[in-house]
Order: sequence, then structure tokens, then C-alpha cells
Amino acid sequence: MSSLSATIQNVFDEPGCAKNANKSEAERKKGCTKQLQPGGAAGGCAFDGAKIALQPLTDVAHLVHGPIACEGNSWDNRGAKSSGSNIWRTGFTTDINETDVVFGGEKRLYKAIKEIVEKYDPPAVFVYQTCVPAMIGDDINAVCKAAAAKFGKPVIPVNSPGFVGPKNLGNKLAGEALLDHVIGTEEPDYTTPYDINIIGEYNLSGEFWQVKPLLDELGIRILSCISGDGKYREVAYSHRARAAMMVCSKAMINIARKMEERYGIPFFEGSFYGIQDSSDSLREIARLLIERGAPAELMERTEAVIAREEAKAWAAIEPYKARLTGKKVLLITGGVKSWSVVAALQEAGLEMVGTSVKKSTKEDKERIKELMGQDAHMIDDMAPREMYKMLKDAKADIMLSGGKSQFVALKAAMPWLDINQERQHAYMGYVGMVKLLKEIDKALYNPMWAQLRRPAPWENAATNWQAKAMAQMDAEAAALAADPVRADEVRRAKKICNCRHVDLGTIEDAIRDHALTTVEGIRDRTGASGGCGACSVRIEDVLAAGPVVPQPMPMLVAAE
Amino acid sequence: MAKVTVVKKACAVNPLKMSQPIGGAFAFMGLRGSMPLLHGSQGCTSFGLTLFVRHFKENVPLQTTAMSEVATVLGGYENVEQAIMNIYNKQKPEIIGICSTGVTETKGDDVEGYLKLIREKYPQLSEFPLVYVSTPDFKDAFQDGWEKTVARMIEVMVETPRNGARRDPTRVNVLPGCHLSPGDLDELRTILEDFGLEPSFLPDLAGSLDGHIPENFSPTTIGGIGVEEVATMGQAAWTIAIGAQMRRAAEAMKAKTGVPFRLFERLCGLIPNDEFIAFLSEISGRPVPLKYRRLRGQLADAMLDAHFHIGGRKLAIGAEPDLLFDVSSMLQEMGAAITVAVTTTQSPVFERLNADEVLIGDLEDLENLAKERDCDLLITHSHGRQAAERLNIPFYRAGFPMFDRLGAGHQLLIGYRGTRDLIFDISNLIIADQEQNHQPTPDTWRTQETASPVQAVTTH
Repeated sequence: MSSLSATIQNVFDEPGCAKNANKSEAERKKGCTKQLQPGGAAGGCAFDGAKIALQPLTDVAHLVHGPIACEGNSWDNRGAKSSGSNIWRTGFTTDINETDVVFGGEKRLYKAIKEIVEKYDPPAVFVYQTCVPAMIGDDINAVCKAAAAKFGKPVIPVNSPGFVGPKNLGNKLAGEALLDHVIGTEEPDYTTPYDINIIGEYNLSGEFWQVKPLLDELGIRILSCISGDGKYREVAYSHRARAAMMVCSKAMINIARKMEERYGIPFFEGSFYGIQDSSDSLREIARLLIERGAPAELMERTEAVIAREEAKAWAAIEPYKARLTGKKVLLITGGVKSWSVVAALQEAGLEMVGTSVKKSTKEDKERIKELMGQDAHMIDDMAPREMYKMLKDAKADIMLSGGKSQFVALKAAMPWLDINQERQHAYMGYVGMVKLLKEIDKALYNPMWAQLRRPAPWENAATNWQAKAMAQMDAEAAALAADPVRADEVRRAKKICNCRHVDLGTIEDAIRDHALTTVEGIRDRTGASGGCGACSVRIEDVLAAGPVVPQPMPMLVAAE
Repeated sequence: MAKVTVVKKACAVNPLKMSQPIGGAFAFMGLRGSMPLLHGSQGCTSFGLTLFVRHFKENVPLQTTAMSEVATVLGGYENVEQAIMNIYNKQKPEIIGICSTGVTETKGDDVEGYLKLIREKYPQLSEFPLVYVSTPDFKDAFQDGWEKTVARMIEVMVETPRNGARRDPTRVNVLPGCHLSPGDLDELRTILEDFGLEPSFLPDLAGSLDGHIPENFSPTTIGGIGVEEVATMGQAAWTIAIGAQMRRAAEAMKAKTGVPFRLFERLCGLIPNDEFIAFLSEISGRPVPLKYRRLRGQLADAMLDAHFHIGGRKLAIGAEPDLLFDVSSMLQEMGAAITVAVTTTQSPVFERLNADEVLIGDLEDLENLAKERDCDLLITHSHGRQAAERLNIPFYRAGFPMFDRLGAGHQLLIGYRGTRDLIFDISNLIIADQEQNHQPTPDTWRTQETASPVQAVTTH
């Protein structure tokens, strides 16, 4: 386990991470695994994250070493697409039993690898460590090494027991496994000055195929995509690329950064969501390749393709603009999607009434402010009831979010569209943008809504559940307004630092009592931002706000 | 009688089985105002949650004690305490149901002991329903988790009636197995009410996961049987248990309250429903309503229409024991042969299964054997769709999870009506397959000649 904790330390010490760069050295060492809150947490574990990141490698056997829960409950649940092998869709698990827990599961693991090699003969086997075998001390590194030697095939250990942290940490541990055991272990048959890596793109719903033809047309070769529609060998020789594009920085920044460090492959972070972003990304790819020795004429060809594609996309969007202009969108998503989708929707005349920034970085938030103005509603975390109020108060016409919050909108008879990983449609590139608008249009103008919003003939509209919920919230708000002391208590009880459970009041008191002016000072006094560091922006805002001013609606305040 | 064989492989490929703790959590979802809590790391809950949401397309309550590496090694008391207090304060549930997982069982956390300490520390919890079940992932399967949890609910939540207390002759307890859908429970409720009986379902997924618009925004379950109703189940005249897995719960009920029980191992098929209806008529003292005489006639007619298509079919089925027994027995009684049967865990019902062998295995075993034995009908959950594609034979989705089709919560497999519709659905799949894949051509008589006589009969 010591090597695992060393790997985790290593992942936390990520100079390419924007959050990390803002921390003191001591804080950086502590890492950023936010202490999860028992009874108040949701989302996946590190194993989940590792599997999500690597599973789109399509010709690899992904073997999960653990009890049935880890694979039996989760396999076959992602929509990445493959242009060839389908072995990634096969669920492999050691399904360990009580005897293995008592006597150790290493022998079973070794035999499982043997069975897979004999029956399926994949180019490589990835072995995922989970909590129970980690606890009983199964050494998967040793088993993988022995199996690789015996079967003459790469067997890659992915050390990612769920209890070491959340999904995002698992993404990075998956990256480390590739860096340690795969990248740089083989050589491509040939290289060209147009070879790039795409990092952190998973080809969900096959959406990367909407962009790939443009790269093909420009003669740009995707040497390796990590990991959407990826092949083991491509990742193994990906160190020969000239440049890289990082699509999801939260998940795979360690790969992009370390490949730059080790092999001198420059990278940029870009997105293919939205017309402008797609164009920017194509330009940036061309620019980096030219910098690394590709002929300068590549840029001219790229500009020509961009001009043609943009014109085509605008023409396709035109018919929707009339129907969508002025319609209001509530966006509940996280990370890179929060700004990339905003840009995309504004291009069609849709108006944004709010966006969630739960998983976004400081840079993501800055971009949102740029796009949506300073008073954009950025939502940190929200109860369903509040989300509904938001939908209603802001008079949003449609909510875009991930599958988990869909029922807030749907049960309230509000149009909803899935823009997260479980979605059915591909929204990438110039074509994807048009597709997204088409889907929004379809959802908004479905004649069903009018029927559903009509109350049943025996129902009193004033006493239905939505009305009751709204009344309850209004009553709570009124009670607070009538009681300034209580209102201030509630305001001060707002959690600023979730890791260390520090509320606004404590921080304000510390600022006042000790005349603090820096985040560091507040951290020393209160412990706030000593965990993941994500709240340092919130603390900066508290500092910037100066003397205490009561805020009317804590929920809707542009929190950051 | 089928021989039960455990497949000896180190690597399960395409698992059929799901874990025990989420089976337990599933049972807790049939209680009103309930929050099931898995004592384990975050992923244990997250995977289960995703699976339930994909199956039901509904909000599903499920929480985690979010065990970290350190907490796992040191023991999870603090995490259990924090989780319970957080849920109790924020989500205001009526009951919290706690299931252990592999990781906390490996450590050996004494959750019963923790609950005692927590109740002492927080007087407001002294009477609050906290039900704990031990459900390690590395043992047993989904169905076992359900079985243990329902039995535990009865032991903890049902009150023993006072001596000499009168039983209410119209009240019956229904203990449904986890193979019944909310749609099945609704059908059962209608049948029982048509006999003038008042059923209490434990658990009642029909109230909580049947896909209705809720009364309120609720982070807990939006329906199901209430804690106070569970407490009074000892006053019922009868307990009806459905599925062999419910014997344990029915016996727990009898031991605690003296309520007699009758176990129906199956409710799909003509004979099992005849027995069920006759039993209801007997305990209610009412004649069988006209509606059921008609439905029985319709089922009989459906069987006549369908036997041409189902007769002679070689069935490959992968399901948890009770569902496997129920559906495959019905088809076997319609003339199909249970050629390949794969299941997840041991069960006494296999003694009564009309097949040579039942394998405790995975979908790879199911697929390989179905191919080897030339099966021409496949029944399993949605994970079997890849196998069905490769085998290119009619595929009927049954069981949990069914994430790639809508309406899983309303799929009806029991009663005269459910059996009738199931027979039609399967027959129509077979007919469609016949039209698409087995149209005769001038050359087909030649290939028929080379095939064995049995195959010739079954495929044409």
C-alpha cells in the first residue's frame, strides 16, 4: 500500500492543476481528497473513476479484482463507442468469496488473468484493485508482474481501491497507471509531423467521430486518444506525438503534464462543444503542430475548414434561432461543461438563467463570468426543492443537467435534456451543436407539456404539491425576513469550507477579531480551505466583501 | 429435479449476479419515508444508485457512510454516527435501513453495537427505527440480501400482539420476493381487494417505485408501507409469502406473532394461479369474482394460441432463483424445454425445477451453453443483450436490471392477466424472429435434411 499512497501524494502534487498552484507547499502535500461526508455524499469512488477513465480502451480486458459489487453492479453502464473491438464491454471480475477474504485472493486473480488470456487473447489485461482485496493485502502489482512474465503480455495493475478517495482521484490514478506501465513501451510503425494525442476524451455516444473527419481532412493523425475508442498499442506509443489536446483537465491533467515533461509534448486545454470553441481548438492544434515542425500551410488549410464548417453550422442553426431566441435555460452541470455549453447555447440566442459550478475550477468560473456577466447565477449545490423554485422563479423554459437531477424538472412538468455522460446524443463539434439545438427545440415544443401541466379535474391548483412546496419555502423566507437575528444566524451558518466544516460566521468572526486579510491567515485561524482548497475563492470573496452585509437570498447569490 | 452445479472459474465473465447489500437496500426502498444506507465506501452506494435509477427511471434514495481508507482500518463507528445524524437531521426520514458491505465486513465492524452506542448518545434516536442487516458483498447475491432484510424488518419492527388479542379476519400480510415488480404488486393488491381482503405489503415497492408524480419533494422514499403499519402486521389473519426466498420472513412472522402463512413459490402460470385464487376464496369466504373466471378463460385461450410457437422451444434462461423458477416453469408447462438455466445463488426451489441442471454461473456460461445446445429463446436481464445479438435468437428481458427499455417498473408477470400477456409477448417475439430469420427458401429443405430431426421440429 505504501506505493499507492506515494502515487496519491504524487498525483496531488500536480503543478499543472490550477487549484493546486494556489496552495502553499504544506497544503499541497495534504492533498485534495475532500473528506466525504457520511450520509451526505453522492457520486463514485476512486475505483469508479479509474474504470471510467480507462474502460474506453476498447481492445483491452478490464478485470476487476474484488467482490461482485464492484463489477456486478456497475458493468456495461457507459456509452463510449468503439470502431473495432468490443472486449471492453465484457465484464470481467474475480468475484471473490469468503474463502478468498480469509486466505487471500492472489491465486484467484492469477488464474483469472490466465483464463482471460486463454479465452479472449486481448493485447493487454488491466487489473483494477478494489477495497476488499486492498484491505486483506493482495499485492496486485506482484501478481500482474508474474502474470505478464508468464503469459508474455502486458498485465497492467490499476491501484484504485474505492476508499482512497472520490471518482476524480480515481481518474488520475488511472492516468498514473498508464504513465507507469503503458505510455512509452512501444514504438509506432511510422510518425508524421501531424501526429497528435487527444487526452481526456471518452467518445461517449461516439461523439468524437463528429470531429475526427475534420482532423482527417486536414491530414492530422490522432496518434492516440486517451482513452475514447482507444487501442492498447496506440497508448503504448503515444509518446511519439508532436502535440496534445487535453479535453477534460480535471481527469487527466497528470497525463498531459507528465508527457510534456518526459517527452516534450506540448499540450493545450480545449473543447469541441460549441462552434467558437471547436474553431479555437482546431486552430490551436494547428498552431502547436506548426510550432513542432509541421509546415506552416497547415494553418491556411485549417482556417479554410473552419470558415466552411462555421458557415455550414450557422446556416443550419438559422431556422432554430427564431424558435429559441429568448428561451431561458437552467444549466446544472459541472466542470468544463459549465462554460463550454454556455458558449454554445448563447450562439443560438438562448438565455442562461443560471449555471451550476459545483465541480468547476476558478478558471472555469472566470470564463462563465466573462460569458454570462458578473451577476450570473452560479449554483454551488442545491436541494431539489430549491432547484424547482429556481426553475419557477427564473421562469426557465428548460433544464439541462445530468441524469441524477432530471426528475426535479420532469416531475415538475418542465422540459429537460441530458447533457452528461449517460446522454443518448452526441453534441460535439459543429454538427453536434446543431444536434443539441435540435434536441432542445424538440423538448421545448413538445405538445405534451400543455396536457401535463393541466391539473386533474378534481385537483385544486392551489393545493397541489408544487404549490405546497413553494408556499413552504415562501413561509420559511418570510419567517426569516421577520426575524433578522435568525436570518443572520442562517446566513452565518452557510458552509464555506466543506472539508473542515467551517461556516461563514466563523470566518467573519476570525477576520474581525484578528484583522485578517489573507486566505492563509484565515486558514491558520479557522482551518478553512485546509482540505481540498476549493473554497479559497469563496474565502477571497468574503474578504473582498469587507464588513458584513446581510444577503437576501443565500441560495441565489453568485457564490464565488 | 434439477442438479445444481457451481461453475468453477476464477474469473466471472459478464456477471449475471449483483451484490447482496443492494438487494437489502432495495427492500428498504419499499418502506415509506425510508433512507437506505450502505455502510461502505462511496462507490458501493453509487453503483447501486445508478443501477436503480437506470432501471426505474425514478429518483432513488440511497446513502453511504463514505468510508475512507483510514476509517476502514480504524473502524467505522464515527462514520455510521455521522451518517445517521446527517440523514436524521437533514432528510427527516421515518426509518433508516443500514446494510453492511464487503469492506466493512472484512474489517468486522460491529454495527449493532454502534447503533446501541448511538442511541445512548442521542436520546432523540432512542425510539427511532434503525434496522441493520449484515450483507457482505463477497457472499450470496441480490436475492439473498432482500431475503435477509425482509426477515430482519419483521424481527425488529413487527410487534407481538398481546395475549388474547383478536386477529382481523380481513387483513392479510403479503411478503413479496424481489422478483416481483411494482406492477406485479399492484396486480396482487387488486386481486386481494377483489376478495374483500386488506393487504399489507412488506416491502411495498408499488408505493415507492411505481413511477408516479410524488406528493412532495422528498429525499426519502415517496411511498411504501409505513412503520406503524408494519408494527401491526401481527393482527392479520394470514401471511401470504411469494417466492421461496420469502419462507424465512414468513417463518419469522409466524414465530413473532403466530400468524399462519402460506407460501406460493410461483405466481406465473395457470396452475399456480388456480391455487392462489382458490386459497383467497377459502380465506375470504367469498366466491371467485366473475372477473377472474373470465381472466382464467383468457389465459387458457392464450395458451391454446401460443403453444404452437412456444412448444418445442429450447429455452436459455439466466435469472435469480425465484424468477428463474417462476418463468421457466410456466414456459416448460407450455411445451418449452429448459435447456440452459443459469442462476446466481442456491435455492431449494431447484428441487422442483423441471430441468436437468441449474448452473450457478455468469452470462458467459449462459451464452456458451445456449450456443452449444442450440437454444432458440433467451430470457435474462438487460445485460444479456450483447449475448442475444451474437446468438441472434429471440430475447425477452426479465429481471433486474432492465435499463435499456422503458416500463421496467410496470412489467407484469403474475396472475392470470400477467401470465396471459407474458405468453403473448414471448410468442410475438418468436413469430417476429421466424419472419425475419427463418423464412423458407427453395434451398432450405436441403439444410433441414442434414439437421437432426428434433431441430427440424423446433425451428420450423
